[in-house]
Amino acid sequence: MFVMKVQLRIRRFNPETDKKSWWGKYEIEAEPTDRVLDALHYVKWYQDGTLTLRRSCAHGICGSDAMRINGRNRLACKVLIKDAGRKITVEPILGLPVIKDLVVDMEPFMAHYRSVMPYLINDQPPPGTERLQSIEERERFDDTTKCILCAACTTSCPSFWVKGEYLGPAAIVQAHRFIFDSRDQASQERLGILAASDGVWRCRTIYNCTEACPRDIQVTQAIAEVKKEMLLRGL
Amino acid sequence: MYHKYDAVIVGAGGAGLMAALYASRGVKTAVLSKLYPTRSHTGTAQGGMGAALGNHEEDNPEWHTFDTIKGSDYLADQDAVKIMCYEAVDIVYELEHMGLPFNRTEEGRIAQRPFGGHTNNVTKRPVRRACYAADRTGHMILQTLYQQCIKNQVTFFDEFHVLDLIIEDGVTRGVVAVEMATGELHVFHAKTVLFATGGWGKVWRVTSNAHSLTGDGPAIVLRRGLPLEDMEFFQFHPTGIYKMGILITEGVRGEGGVLANGEGERFMDRYAPTIKDLASRDVISRAIYLEVRAGKGIDGKDYVHLDVRPETVNKYFERDGIKNPDDTPRRITAADIETKLPDIADFTRTYLGVDPVAQPMPVQPTAHYAMGGIPTDVWARVVIDGNNTVMPGFYAAGEVACVSVHGANRLGTNSLLDINVFGKRAGMDMVRYCQENDLLPLPKEPEAFAREQLESLRSRQNGRERAADIRSEMQDTMMDYVGVFREEGGIEEAIDKLKELQERYERITIDDKGRQFNTDVLEAWELGALLDLAEVTAVTALNRAESRGGHYREDYPKRDDEKWLRHSLVWRKDGQTEIGYKSVAITEYEPKERVY
Repeated sequence: MFVMKVQLRIRRFNPETDKKSWWGKYEIEAEPTDRVLDALHYVKWYQDGTLTLRRSCAHGICGSDAMRINGRNRLACKVLIKDAGRKITVEPILGLPVIKDLVVDMEPFMAHYRSVMPYLINDQPPPGTERLQSIEERERFDDTTKCILCAACTTSCPSFWVKGEYLGPAAIVQAHRFIFDSRDQASQERLGILAASDGVWRCRTIYNCTEACPRDIQVTQAIAEVKKEMLLRGL
Repeated sequence: MYHKYDAVIVGAGGAGLMAALYASRGVKTAVLSKLYPTRSHTGTAQGGMGAALGNHEEDNPEWHTFDTIKGSDYLADQDAVKIMCYEAVDIVYELEHMGLPFNRTEEGRIAQRPFGGHTNNVTKRPVRRACYAADRTGHMILQTLYQQCIKNQVTFFDEFHVLDLIIEDGVTRGVVAVEMATGELHVFHAKTVLFATGGWGKVWRVTSNAHSLTGDGPAIVLRRGLPLEDMEFFQFHPTGIYKMGILITEGVRGEGGVLANGEGERFMDRYAPTIKDLASRDVISRAIYLEVRAGKGIDGKDYVHLDVRPETVNKYFERDGIKNPDDTPRRITAADIETKLPDIADFTRTYLGVDPVAQPMPVQPTAHYAMGGIPTDVWARVVIDGNNTVMPGFYAAGEVACVSVHGANRLGTNSLLDINVFGKRAGMDMVRYCQENDLLPLPKEPEAFAREQLESLRSRQNGRERAADIRSEMQDTMMDYVGVFREEGGIEEAIDKLKELQERYERITIDDKGRQFNTDVLEAWELGALLDLAEVTAVTALNRAESRGGHYREDYPKRDDEKWLRHSLVWRKDGQTEIGYKSVAITEYEPKERVY
């Protein structure tokens, strides 16, 4: 079995003992096909149990372990050691307050998500069976249904770093999912929220979000579609 | 800190969120999760949710009921299965009305696909019953339910890890949880508590389950002197990614993919000559083990290949004369794989650097699903003995519960159904109970037991053992002796080993002495839960001297209805396990030999 020596540099911060963050340096052995998450677990389980991170499914679906790996927002469970290299730098995602080590306060992110009314609104009484929707209508918002709320996109966005009130790409993606759902009746209201000063117009089309998305959602395109819809409706 | 609610729901996967929607319509409700709700494991389910809508072809809930009972190897309670399969249809429509983006048919109806064990009972051929949303049905269910909870302003306590259930005079009084961000203990005083905490696949080395699936709920139940049901039944899915355990859906074999051993032989030809690679999950998992044991794993190792390369698939289509519905020879192209199995292709490319179009995928059986759990009735009320005596105010739903609708082996697509049907029933009955009953007082120092557990872990300064070593040895032991194949000597060895590990667990080191977000302590606590569940799994597996569904005893290879057509119950008292039984509810379907 081929084993690599890997140096990990992890930004550490313990609110109970540290005034400011510091770099923890660790050497481990890993197989090239191990995940960065495996490497972090190795440190936590065998070298320093105080290292703190979130994780759950470990295969890119639950969205717990978004972090900055070698300067880019990634899920630690979707980056292999062989792709990250022998020297790996891991930091918490930017723009949200750090609670401890790689764990950030997700509440500002979730508040933005909740603010776009991320749920189907249709006040007509439903039929006895399903509401009908054509294959094409369903396809219209397929890409944005893939979002796992990991925050990799929003916390890679310079506009969000500058102004935390900006709703950010993830919230816009979630709004897009309903704006373009033929069953929904509240798109006008949602577009109104996104047209406000901290809405879509803070997007500068930098594409960091699209590059960061672990689900390959065309985030920038989704934002552009929302902008276009607003212009069409004269918002 | 103290909180007062009518209903407290522990766990925010599909079952917990569905229950929350219903409970919160009637009474003051809080949902506690050790994760953010959308991180729950419901989100990883791929294939679909079973319901006899009949959108493509004739189907009915009666067939679904029979298929489920047969799939359970007749251990499921037939009254409960009937409820689930008949309520399936309306609950799928309900999810659609909530906004769930199901795939659609040409007519704009919910699209359905075939899945293992779901049949037209007349023709015996596969029927399209699994309602799906691409290959991320679970993700869509979880998102949709969470969205509805936001719309209905359900109260969430995210990252609150529940450590104890408060019971006084046999009546539920609430739960104790630690707020992860601060380390503070919170007491939730409540009339009703629902455990919807999911499974415990992390007992085994190779599992499709998330790191967080550590069986906290059932471990608490055991510690509070209540029984668990059918703990010996745990499903191993045949095709997990080698070493990682990540699931590769049955759909790969549905598209014509075949399993091959180290000699390149399609070995399922020998084990299931008629349906071959589409045999049931337990049959295929056993076949893979037998190949490995015969030295026919790939390079002599403990895995085989799942091969969906067009040239391989088409070779066997041609050999077996497989035809399309229009009688033309069936063939598959590289493009078919890309469009029909995009997530699988992404997984194997990401984790293995294997392109399924060009290379076979290394797979091995992966611990997947707990058929057993906290015993409940059909209203998700926890029952505490062989006579189905209900414990007032305590509920369980989803994978953690044992209603039992899955018996000895669960059919694919029935877990997503289970969580919705019984989550809803739990929520409804919690409202009824809260309206009929007063809030009874808390006992003195209700948080004492939870505090003692955490402090005991935190204060372990000079231990020499690492929790990770103990977890790892437990997982290897369970994989080797209480996995797909079991026999008396091996299980006894596992039980001895688990006792040793429990002793060593008392001497583990905790590095993190802090309060805030102390996952060092909480992971150690979770390991304690896993060790308890491993033990009762091994003990009940040793006790059940027959083979049924997912429980296969090499020393008792036959199903024995005369002695064993009954549920196991297991208690853990003063470190000793006790076993009891409960009868199986048989209403319309007499047990028959299970042949596909």
